Amino acid sequence: MTARTAPGGSPGTLAARTLRIVRPAILLAFVVLFLIPVYVLVVTSFKPLQEADPSSAWSLPGSWSADGWRSAWETLRPGLANSVKIAVSGSLIAAVLGSLNGYVLAKWRFPGADAVFTLFLFGMFIPYQAVMIPLAGLLTDLELVGTIRGLVLAHVVYGIPICTLIFRNYYVTIPDELIEAARVDGAGLLRAYSAIVLPVSGPAFAVTLIWQFTSLWNDFLFAVFLGAPDSWPVTVMLNNTAGSGAVAVQYNQQMAAALLASLPTLLVYLLLGRFFMRGLMAGALKG
Amino acid sequence: MTAAPGRAPVAEREPVHAPRAGRRWRPARVRRWLPGLLLVSPSIVAIGLFVYGLIFWNTRVAVSGRHDEVSPYKFDKGKNFVDLWDDASWPPAVRHALLFTAVFVGGALLLGAFLAFLMDKGIKGEAGFRVIYLFPMAISFIASGVVWRWLMNPAPPERAVGLNQLFGKLGLDALANNWWQHPTWGMAAMALPAIWQMSGYVMALYLAGFRGVPEELREAARVDGASEWKVYRYVVFPQLRPVTLSALIILGHISLKVFDLIMAIAGKQIITYVPAIATYVEVFDRHDPANGATIATYLLVAVAVLVIPYLVWSVRAERGR
Repeated sequence: MTARTAPGGSPGTLAARTLRIVRPAILLAFVVLFLIPVYVLVVTSFKPLQEADPSSAWSLPGSWSADGWRSAWETLRPGLANSVKIAVSGSLIAAVLGSLNGYVLAKWRFPGADAVFTLFLFGMFIPYQAVMIPLAGLLTDLELVGTIRGLVLAHVVYGIPICTLIFRNYYVTIPDELIEAARVDGAGLLRAYSAIVLPVSGPAFAVTLIWQFTSLWNDFLFAVFLGAPDSWPVTVMLNNTAGSGAVAVQYNQQMAAALLASLPTLLVYLLLGRFFMRGLMAGALKG
Repeated sequence: MTAAPGRAPVAEREPVHAPRAGRRWRPARVRRWLPGLLLVSPSIVAIGLFVYGLIFWNTRVAVSGRHDEVSPYKFDKGKNFVDLWDDASWPPAVRHALLFTAVFVGGALLLGAFLAFLMDKGIKGEAGFRVIYLFPMAISFIASGVVWRWLMNPAPPERAVGLNQLFGKLGLDALANNWWQHPTWGMAAMALPAIWQMSGYVMALYLAGFRGVPEELREAARVDGASEWKVYRYVVFPQLRPVTLSALIILGHISLKVFDLIMAIAGKQIITYVPAIATYVEVFDRHDPANGATIATYLLVAVAVLVIPYLVWSVRAERGR
């Protein structure tokens, strides 16, 4: 997506000139608005507790303090570890399944493949509340409720639709002739996959893994329905820090905790934003 | 948060191996596609069980009289679906969800489209603008709930932190309000963080849509003497209908399912009660699986009404090409 040149009309008119100044001004105003919460998060997280007075809520810290961060780290550490385990393993497994499914649905189609694909896609949109009650029962029977493995299982299964979608739409762009040639040479399903499809799958894996990692890291619903204190990811722990407002609210610790819990996904977004974008677009538009 | 389904990035060729309808199934032909089916079958089983099996099971609980955790499942003719409306907390939950949806979907759609419109012609530092508009999407609703709870602190300016305090400082006391605690319009305030998180996504969708309109089309209209505004009005905007539809579906289903954000900002208060929270409360606080499942079923139906026609339409549209 490259920038376009100025409108073809008459660039010198007053209206056009005003527009050229007004457009960036409005866009910049929105940048400021969008960044207000970030300012609040960062500034408040470094305030010592003594500066908690509402009247100084918007000022920079009088003295910068890392107390909030230290205490947030202590509180969230187990949750962060759980989140890493859940998000990494959950997204890896779902990506592998998505790749195989996407390959078959794009290049090795069977009768009813479209129906299967549509049924998969619906699984992506369902409100998970609609399965949560029996799901908790099922995981209890499997002795997986409250465990990390149980959460990973749930995330993998409900991640299959989106992963399949991303890979399928990516593989559709591989020319059929390549697969056909491999078949003529006697290659079977898996041989064609490993020789032709897998080597070009890098970008699709990047998109899928980033997308899954972000959703799994940010999940709260599955965690509260299916998790237990031992397996709670960072989102649940973060939400619990806010819970009891018995004493003065420790805003510095809460803000530091919110930032800490968001750092991994924010880093992924900033470093690999290109792939993040493609995940967002996954199939949403015509080429 | 999910992306939209269905469309392949490039036009698809007639699939080489797809068996045509009406042909006989010969062993040679079956041997061609069977391995593929086998490879997908674990996922088919998983989705079949975990999505459709559990939806069925949930419906079974919903039509049962299992209002505690020990009673047996006993069919009671869907009585729960009617009785629910007599529950004091349910009609407000529906009203809250509708108000939230209207403000959130409308707000994110308009803001996203507006930002994309301003960026369409290219702007210096475009990459930077995009990064900033989009980053909130990488954050969990729980984390953004922490800061928005602070921003939308309902106390009056002299005691509040957040925006009320800021309004007081700027001499805009009239703007100070009790945000999500307002008895009628509270859910409109609750939609603000959601708009903050999702309008960048809408912007990205629309920007791709704008850029997808062939330059020749715009040029042709300009040659015909159309003003720049008319080019947009009659050439560009009509081309964006599929984008708008995708955005509506995506925002709509997120909105109906909203749970994390409200839990993070308000918890389980009646003033911000929505169906997704109600399911949770029925299961964990009231220990009433039948009611929880009934609410979940209503939620599922609402999402299905929105999504199924869209899915069928987009898969068909792709096949048709």
